[in-house]
Amino acid sequence: MTLEQIKDLLDAKVVVGDNKLDLEITTAFGADLMSDVLAFARSGCLLITGLSNPQAVRTAYALDIAAIIVCRGKALTDKFIEIAKELGIPILWTQFIMFEACGRLYREGLTGCIREVFVEDKQRAQ
Amino acid sequence: MPSEEYLEGIYQIQGRDFVDAGIVSSEMKKKLKEKGIPESIIRKVAVVTFEAEVNIISYAEQGTIRYYVEPNSVTIEANDIGAGIEDLELAQQEGYSTADDSIREMGFGAGMGLANIKNHSDEFEISSVPHEGTYLRSTIYLNGK
Repeated sequence: MTLEQIKDLLDAKVVVGDNKLDLEITTAFGADLMSDVLAFARSGCLLITGLSNPQAVRTAYALDIAAIIVCRGKALTDKFIEIAKELGIPILWTQFIMFEACGRLYREGLTGCIREVFVEDKQRAQ
Repeated sequence: MPSEEYLEGIYQIQGRDFVDAGIVSSEMKKKLKEKGIPESIIRKVAVVTFEAEVNIISYAEQGTIRYYVEPNSVTIEANDIGAGIEDLELAQQEGYSTADDSIREMGFGAGMGLANIKNHSDEFEISSVPHEGTYLRSTIYLNGK
């Protein structure tokens, strides 16, 4: 689905990236812990988070995450918006809690960027 | 390697400077993009650098992150003066963390850092002296493993 559709489904405001609403997104990852985003999220996904500090934007940039939707109506600082503009990461803002945001997007066809984390795979990788 | 293709840099990092966490990762990523390094490689470098940066900010007084690009690899070296690590094996276990609230409020401190660096590295080396500091080196091959 497009970022525009995501915006409509979540009754969201576009904070950064007005010109990128035609961006096509098929997968998502939801977390407040950037440690887990860095470990498990995949490039091109939508990041659904309640963390609205500069580290969330920088984490998204590191992983080539397509866009961020800030949930739970969290307040956004000028610094957060400034860094998102600088790094070219679209930011949407919704008052839905994370569970609602994820559920509404999943129902319309968005899927997880990975489905499960297998302990065996991680042990093999180490 | 011809000198015009060689790329390296060094960044200073101040302990407890939470606001700027991730800035080195972002800056380094921009530089590697300009050089035309493949995106999948840059992502690995950016993740490794981010984790190393957060570790220095969280546990050290100060440190440096140095990177250099060679014909077949990118290497990231993180050096710090600080708390060091008592038990390296334990510190590399996923979920083991000594993070305090200031680190968790920033969105880090899940105990994934060193394990994640290791998972993204083709070569990985770490050494530490408790109460002195930590040295970490991660090399990522340009052509995969």
